[in-house]
Amino acid sequence: MKTADTAHSEGPLAFAQAAELELRSVSKRYPGQREPAIKELSFTVPAGEVCVLVGPSGSGKTTAMRLINRMIPISGGDILLGGRSVLEREPRHLRREIGYVIQQIGLFPHQTISENIATVPRLLGWPKQRIAARVQELFELIGLDPEEMAGRYPAQLSGGQRQRVGVARALAADPPLMLMDEPFGAIDPINRARLQDEFLSLQEKVKKTIVFVTHDIDEAIKMGDRIAILREGGVLVQYDTPREILTHPADEFVAQFVGADRGLKRLALTTLAELTLIEPNRLGADLVADGSLQVGRQTTARDALSLMLTAGGRPLTVLDGDGHVAGLMTLGVIEKLLSDEAAEPHAGPR
Amino acid sequence: MTFALAAAGPVIPNYAAQSSSCEVHNRLFCAEWVRRNWAPVLWPALREHVVLAVVAVAIGFVISMALALAAHRYSWLERPTTLVTTILYTIPALALFELLAAPVGLNVYSAEIALVSYTLLILFRNILAGLRAVPADVLDAAEGAGMTRRQTLLRVELPLALPAIVAGLRIAIVTIIALATIVYVVYDRGLGVPIHTALGEGPFKTELIVAGGLAILLALVADGLLVLAQRLLTPWARVGES
Repeated sequence: MKTADTAHSEGPLAFAQAAELELRSVSKRYPGQREPAIKELSFTVPAGEVCVLVGPSGSGKTTAMRLINRMIPISGGDILLGGRSVLEREPRHLRREIGYVIQQIGLFPHQTISENIATVPRLLGWPKQRIAARVQELFELIGLDPEEMAGRYPAQLSGGQRQRVGVARALAADPPLMLMDEPFGAIDPINRARLQDEFLSLQEKVKKTIVFVTHDIDEAIKMGDRIAILREGGVLVQYDTPREILTHPADEFVAQFVGADRGLKRLALTTLAELTLIEPNRLGADLVADGSLQVGRQTTARDALSLMLTAGGRPLTVLDGDGHVAGLMTLGVIEKLLSDEAAEPHAGPR
Repeated sequence: MTFALAAAGPVIPNYAAQSSSCEVHNRLFCAEWVRRNWAPVLWPALREHVVLAVVAVAIGFVISMALALAAHRYSWLERPTTLVTTILYTIPALALFELLAAPVGLNVYSAEIALVSYTLLILFRNILAGLRAVPADVLDAAEGAGMTRRQTLLRVELPLALPAIVAGLRIAIVTIIALATIVYVVYDRGLGVPIHTALGEGPFKTELIVAGGLAILLALVADGLLVLAQRLLTPWARVGES
């Protein structure tokens, strides 16, 4: 089955499809309400990037997302997917091209996991063989055992497994765009972190354009290539990379929203490999030799700072992949990183 | 069935010539009588009863499904439909047969119209409740996947409403099997005929017990078949509630 099938023979290219998304002065106005729910929203998500829509409740982030696949009709402006207006498309055809993941997941309880994953390919009328191969491929992608899971019903899965099946169902027809509304919102914190990591490594492979809605700024910083911060009334306040938003919040609202600990959050975006460490001999050999804490180069600056504070401010020995000393990490290095970033001119979205 | 009217003598004159001692002495249950009357009386009555009930529930189901789908789509239809079907349900059965007898006549149509009218409230409410109980997130996912309204109905809503629909059918079939025993008032078919005969026969109870027992048994069997059908059709409903 695996060898003969078309979907499988496409190999890794089966996941390569992604399209640019552009919102042009999009607005949404509900009849009988004076203020629009979404006001003149414009931003562009380059193909293959994750854009996180974040904001307090009432900021219209879910509404904005649902305008894209026309689950909610657009009142004004235009949305272009791969350069083509979504308004020209038959809504159901458009939706079959856009992966859709919601917080409650919404798996069909009366269908097996395989049938759930096959939903959109079946709507598109793919031949049976191709659907079977594609389902197999997606089981592997989300790390579930098809032998064990294919015939089960959603009620027999854990929350995390259901969430992954929801993602597989959304990816089934290889859509160029994925919409995800608080996909990890119903998962407990420990499993959420794991699913977030899994999802990021999945995104490394599938490279989809993704619009991701959350109210959690930490999740936004972790998941987003870019973050769009919305304010009540559907106004876009800032659209930037996580680093820019943390370093140069556009206004007081953004600064408050990202939190007083934004300096710490920023440190979490940098790994030691990106920093200029102190040459060991500049501090004297005794400091290296005395068995100070050793960390890898992939450690984030935030974790390194935490370790140094725990160790009473003493430097850390940073090791490279081969176990050689790459340099020393001191509080001074952190200080320099923060002052350098603050001094940078506002870069704007790259 | 006219022989029933002759039941005026000491015991059961019309059977006197061939009566067993059991019948003559009015024992509670005469197996001999059942054996002798199975083929000419009981078996045909049972078959007629099955047809009466199944036809009524089938027609009632089609009508109720149409009404429920309409009310599911246009929710303002629910209240008037519930009102009308409730009124039909509350009319005393004998009165309804009397009402139908004049315009429709003493025939199968009167019988079925009455029986069907008693299924509507049960089936309509259960089907509609089943359709409405489909979780909102499941419908959202179906719409987001690009299903049309029709595809959502056929592939998601109706399958998920199936347990509620079968629950309605079970109540309806049991109700109608019981109710069909008084159809003899307008149409002399079904298990109601031997029951009515027995009631006119004074102390002899075998016919009453057997015909009544068959009606009960039939209801239980029909209910059991529907339970079985539901288990086969909804394997997902029995898994991992934990």
